[in-house]
Amino acid sequence: MIIEKPAAAGTLESCDAQVIVEPGNGGVELELDSKVIHQFGRQIRAVILDTLCRLDVTDAKVTVKDMGALDCTIRARVEAAVYRSAGQTDQIPWEKLADEK
Amino acid sequence: MRNSLGREIPDEWLRKTGKEVYRGPSFRCESSYRKAAPTVRSARLDGHSKVVDSIRSVLEKCGVHDGMYFGFHHHFRDGDYVINLVMKEVAAMGVRDITICASSMGTAHDYIDELIEQGVVSSIQSSGVRGRIGEAISYGKLKRPAVIRSHGGRVRAIEEGDIHLDIAFVGAPTCDEYGNARPVGGKSDCGVLSYSMADARYADKVVVLTDCLVLFPNVPASISMTDVDYVCVVDEIGDPKKIVSNVIRETKDVRELMMADYCARIITESPYFRDGFSFQTGGGGAALAVTKLLRRPMEESGVSIGFAIGGIMKAMCDMMDDGLVKKIVDAQVFDSFAIEHIKRNPNHVEISTSEYANPMNKGAYVNRLDFVILGALEVDVDFNVNVITGSDGIVRGAPGGHPDTAAGARCSIIVAPLIRGRIPTVCDRVLTVTTPGETVDVVVTDYGIAINPRRADLLEAYKYSRLPIMTIEELRDIAYGITGRPDPIPFEDEVVALVEYRDGTILDVIRKIKE
Repeated sequence: MIIEKPAAAGTLESCDAQVIVEPGNGGVELELDSKVIHQFGRQIRAVILDTLCRLDVTDAKVTVKDMGALDCTIRARVEAAVYRSAGQTDQIPWEKLADEK
Repeated sequence: MRNSLGREIPDEWLRKTGKEVYRGPSFRCESSYRKAAPTVRSARLDGHSKVVDSIRSVLEKCGVHDGMYFGFHHHFRDGDYVINLVMKEVAAMGVRDITICASSMGTAHDYIDELIEQGVVSSIQSSGVRGRIGEAISYGKLKRPAVIRSHGGRVRAIEEGDIHLDIAFVGAPTCDEYGNARPVGGKSDCGVLSYSMADARYADKVVVLTDCLVLFPNVPASISMTDVDYVCVVDEIGDPKKIVSNVIRETKDVRELMMADYCARIITESPYFRDGFSFQTGGGGAALAVTKLLRRPMEESGVSIGFAIGGIMKAMCDMMDDGLVKKIVDAQVFDSFAIEHIKRNPNHVEISTSEYANPMNKGAYVNRLDFVILGALEVDVDFNVNVITGSDGIVRGAPGGHPDTAAGARCSIIVAPLIRGRIPTVCDRVLTVTTPGETVDVVVTDYGIAINPRRADLLEAYKYSRLPIMTIEELRDIAYGITGRPDPIPFEDEVVALVEYRDGTILDVIRKIKE
């Protein structure tokens, strides 16, 4: 998918994550800040990159502020931000998203 | 050297402290020692007033100098002004290198962080550390490592002479001019003065700070004139609103209520639930709910509590008033109702912290405890509990009476949600051991209950129970299945705090956080 405009999903509530995606500079650039960076930073990074990969996002700047969210939440927030940035707010391929988990 | 829990205790610190490594909860039972004693300057015959007009003059009269050890108590909790009042004056006098030995410290004492930076305070010895002091410890700002002791362990250390207090400062709601201090009758009532009793008996100089001077004799006195050198009257010793909460938080959180229900059923289905049983809980939402949930099964089976130990709150006092509790032995009061209750009820009595939990005296209440309900930041598959280091590795908790009651109680119950945010509570290995797994019997979570396999008798007792009993490994696997397996937090090698077991052996060390 092509990131056309900046978009955000999620909140800064405890157990949530705020994801901002913006058009990139020719690759995926990830900036992660997390309350649990020591214990789960590696895993959160992997989940974000994996979700972007499944959505065929290859060119984006992604900024994530994680407040201790579980993987399912992080995945959902990344997906929402990406679809919003591509201007797709209906006709979301829910079944495909569900299958890919 | 590794202790019996497999924790590496650097030889350097065993050498410097002369301590031994932890070898089990009963390692020092029935051993003999000679108690420490203070240096006393006896009174004159004229019964003169001990009132001194300022903290500065009191410090001068006590001969304050660099390197002293000061004792403080935490009965005023987050409303305490005493530590800051005294230490501000100490700093103004240019005195340095003070070790603060408090029964607990909290966010009321963030100011002390500045004095640590200035070198006025060089070490902290406490049963609880929160707020900025915890960060100061974890970032290695103390000149000498902090020492973390349980409530019982602190009294033991004083009575055995591991700590010699040069001056004890006792904040007291009322005091007369000759030094008889009481925890009630003033404007900052705290109900009991249990934690300051050992300080008053073992410190060379004892200073009572009060904001309510009353007529002699102020009796029955919790701190006696026989131990007090000076009395200092200040405007305020604390903020009454923060000393106790008037509104008890009654949890409506369904997760906490479910865990409380599990705890209550663990108790009522156990072999120790019989008339005259003894019981202690902390002040958390789930723990308080357990007290209330026990009421009905107790009434139905005609069982009453022989004695309950404080932290005491309204729920326990109500049960006493309804004839369900025979005695309350109180070392800490959590709400204003309990303060009023202890004033008027002869079966609700103040005890010293030595009576409460000291492992090296000739008998403490915890040794006769049937049940205790305790919290945890982490519990590992060996049932070791951490209540001192947070999920970021920073000191922010309080062992309090946790290790003492767990060791003493016939059935110690840990209650905690299986995960908090993304942090699993049940894990492979706790960051810091504050309570050894061999003293922990049951772990209650929202996903299930684990019984320590060391307790074959308890496993047998719950064999036909309909409670969701599983192994601790199963609980860990459920937690890790939701959160993922956590990576270790990076630490430096430098030791910033020693965690003493209640008998004075070294249970664990806390290392400097990597910046």
